[in-house]
Amino acid sequence: MAHDVAAPPSGPGADFKIVPTKALPAVAIVYIGLIVAVASNRLWALDFFHVVGGACWTAIDLFLGFIIGPIIGRMSIPARVEFSKRFMPKMVLLMPTLVIATLAGGWQLARHEGFILSSDKHHGWVVGSMIVVGVMAVIALGFLEPANIAVLFELKKERPNGEVIAKLMKRFLYTAGLTGAMQVATLIIMTRIATL
Amino acid sequence: MKSTAKKLPPVSEISVLILALVVAGGVYLAAHLPKHTSLVPTTVTVVIAGALVLVNLFMLSRIANFAWDTFFLVAKWTLLAYAIFAGALEYIFIKDGTRGSLLVLMSATIVIFAINLPIHFGFTVARYVED
Repeated sequence: MAHDVAAPPSGPGADFKIVPTKALPAVAIVYIGLIVAVASNRLWALDFFHVVGGACWTAIDLFLGFIIGPIIGRMSIPARVEFSKRFMPKMVLLMPTLVIATLAGGWQLARHEGFILSSDKHHGWVVGSMIVVGVMAVIALGFLEPANIAVLFELKKERPNGEVIAKLMKRFLYTAGLTGAMQVATLIIMTRIATL
Repeated sequence: MKSTAKKLPPVSEISVLILALVVAGGVYLAAHLPKHTSLVPTTVTVVIAGALVLVNLFMLSRIANFAWDTFFLVAKWTLLAYAIFAGALEYIFIKDGTRGSLLVLMSATIVIFAINLPIHFGFTVARYVED
């Protein structure tokens, strides 16, 4: 592992954007659609944002945590750098957009259907999902996302530090695996709510 | 192999603690809606989180030779992103009819959330920048 860490990344990483600005209009469209869904309070629209956003969020977390993560972990530092330069900027926009669509849609959906009422039979499961999401939020915002952005800044340098990239990528991959595991709990809770 | 990370105050660790407090307070309130539940637990978490934000700002102000350009570059864009995020949450609470002290508490939670993350992200990135 020591030789991996010491190996210099393959050239300066100035040929990519930390925030892929071309994708910002797509993000804006999702946000506008979400606001319209919340404002109109239509069941289909709320269900759409919650189910589609949640399915993408869960699938990406599981795929990243259990499939992509271990593969990246076995790559050389230059290979990780090449992968990260293309992959991580997309995650900077994609994941927060999916998370806000899922949570805002889900909250309004639960309110629409009365699931948030403490007298409702789904309430315990809904509270359980809030706790799981809360823990995932702390992991994602506290560790995963800052590591993602720090890696991108490191890659932008004239001479990226392999040791720093390895350290931050390790943090990114561990936390991605952890949130992937927690998504299994989300799947159990959501399928339980849907079938009660 | 020498690490390039400098010896710095525990701003990141405190930021994660603030995040945990804010999330815990928010989940507690949301779990009891629409019943009139005690606001004390969430008030305590919000007050502690607010105090910790001030502690973080103080510790940041004491750091010499820090990559402030990078810190502010990351912090300002993170602030913009999470201000939109926070605005969406605030809109939902108001639209759902949340009013009075509950709205004040939820708003304070959201404001702390939106201020804490730029500090955390800016600090995490800037700490790895060479002088």
